[in-house]
Amino acid sequence: MPLASYQTSVPVVVDDAKCIADKGCTVCVDVCPLDVLRISDMTNKAYMAYDECWYCMPCEADCPTGAVTVNIPYLLR
Amino acid sequence: MALDQIVDGLSEVSCDALVIGGGTAGPMAALKAKLKNPKANVVLLEKANVKRSGAISMGMDGLNNAVIPGYATPEQYTKEITIANDGIVDQKAVYKYAQNCYGIIEELDSFGIRFLKNENGDYAVKKVHHIGTYVLPMPNGETVKKALYRQLRRARILISNRYMATRLLKSADGRIAGAVSVNTRTAEMLVIKAKAVILCMGAAGRLGLPTSGYMFGTYENAANSGDGYSMAYHAGAALANLECYQINPLIKDYNGPACAYVAGPFGAFTANNEGSRFIECDYWSGQMMLEFYNELLSGKGPVFLQLKHLHPDTISEIESTLHKVERPTRGLFQQGRGVDYRNDSIEMHISEIGFCSGHSASGVFVDDNARTTVPGLYAAGDMASVPHNYMLGAFTNGAVAGIDAMEFADNHDFAEFDAADVARERDRVMAPTRREDGIPPNQVEYKTRRLVNDYLQPPKVTRKYELGMRRLAEARQDMQEHMIARNAHELLRALEVQSIMDCADMAVHASLYREESRWGLYHWRTDFPEKDNENWFCHTLLSKQNGRMTSEKRAVEPYVVPIADDEKDLYDKQRIRATA
Repeated sequence: MPLASYQTSVPVVVDDAKCIADKGCTVCVDVCPLDVLRISDMTNKAYMAYDECWYCMPCEADCPTGAVTVNIPYLLR
Repeated sequence: MALDQIVDGLSEVSCDALVIGGGTAGPMAALKAKLKNPKANVVLLEKANVKRSGAISMGMDGLNNAVIPGYATPEQYTKEITIANDGIVDQKAVYKYAQNCYGIIEELDSFGIRFLKNENGDYAVKKVHHIGTYVLPMPNGETVKKALYRQLRRARILISNRYMATRLLKSADGRIAGAVSVNTRTAEMLVIKAKAVILCMGAAGRLGLPTSGYMFGTYENAANSGDGYSMAYHAGAALANLECYQINPLIKDYNGPACAYVAGPFGAFTANNEGSRFIECDYWSGQMMLEFYNELLSGKGPVFLQLKHLHPDTISEIESTLHKVERPTRGLFQQGRGVDYRNDSIEMHISEIGFCSGHSASGVFVDDNARTTVPGLYAAGDMASVPHNYMLGAFTNGAVAGIDAMEFADNHDFAEFDAADVARERDRVMAPTRREDGIPPNQVEYKTRRLVNDYLQPPKVTRKYELGMRRLAEARQDMQEHMIARNAHELLRALEVQSIMDCADMAVHASLYREESRWGLYHWRTDFPEKDNENWFCHTLLSKQNGRMTSEKRAVEPYVVPIADDEKDLYDKQRIRATA
């Protein structure tokens, strides 16, 4: 069966101007319990690659530059 | 390299004690094992990252079951937990917990985790339970994981993050020999030989589907997909009372605690739409949940946590706790809904079902030394059968497991496992990556959990369970023959679905076996609506025997703390009675 991709608005938002992943930081990616954050090959900034979020906050709390914001997933809001 | 690209690989390491799961019980087990024998190698394996994994990822607001001299005695606590669980309790483990937990509190205090004290310097314990006083707030509860992590580093525990354990290995004579695991970002496999293994893998929290429809909006940390229950089952360990589900009263849609344990001692209470109290006690028990369920269905709902009647300073104090620890996004959620605790009540609802001894009484069967029925295999925390564990139970029983497991490891050499078992497991794990075409794990998971909601949620109806069993078997066939994983991350989810499916099957089997109703809403069978002490005053143990799921009765151990006849049904009287 062919697969289609499914659009979803993700709860974790990263401010590229503040994110220092391009300087080697991986804190948010490291701490996420659901392992849903990655560093983009194109921008070298962190982003939410998988919409599987427990809105628990370690990524936001541990980010050294305050670049990460956790929103409540749309379906729960 | 493409995102989460699959790498083919298999390596092997060995250690004296392997602790699987770095949430709450796991770090304490690893620490105690290492302190018991500083020369031993202790590996702490974690699917996520020990720094922020598990139920207390963002900390905890307090201890819900602290037995503190001067406020409560181990006898009193053991009695309360026995009554709250309709008598089906092996008291020895509960009593041991009650005796040991104060020492653990003092140890946590020495790690830098503070507990609320009054003006005299005594612990400021609050009453939430029906009978005794056991709730102790933690003013800096957000620091728990950091404090634990410091201890692990200091003790030189070998931490392996992002490895998901998939199966246990045993010797021909049935002793534990280690575990097979897979890297969640590369799919490389790692076999870990160990003399003793401690399972601390948390609840089965992704069993039911939250009513929001968001698959990861679960009550439990969504990483807790029940892998420990599944691994213990396939290793032949017994699992106790799985029909005693976890169902909790939560903030509607947000699906986190509201939280009456924090707000209750200040005067908040659970109310119906008329603003009236309808339950005697906010402590989470099956009997309380049944009244909660009845109220929602009676037309007197919705049900609310009411605190707007409190003094604004008190509300601010509650608010700062609720929005800082355990689930800090509560504040963001309430803000989005326009709910201010000063003017508005908090709408509540019932959670999806799960397994979790943290709040109920099911789990991998353990004795008072945290030993499972497999020699050398231990379990602690939310997945082990000691009832109403909470965080302090995970720490305390984790410590018990760590010490006993290291003693076992010191007295045994490595057990030999069959290499064919590893090869078979590798094939099973990698199967979804070898299919070109099929169904992605998220769809198999959604369907499985939707079936759990449709057929397994109490009230439990035999006919519904039989239908559910058939539908789940069809979903299992799809999972085994057609599920695909296109990268290592999808493989992680694909493996979790298999744990979820196993837990769903165990929930069905255990629920159909116990032909009575018990534990309020947790095991309410409409075809057997009464409690039947004559035939069912016993544990049920589920295990895999000759490849088949089997259930049997096990007698409740003689009580250490006797319960008088007129005390036995205290938790059955949860509904507030109208007085003339």
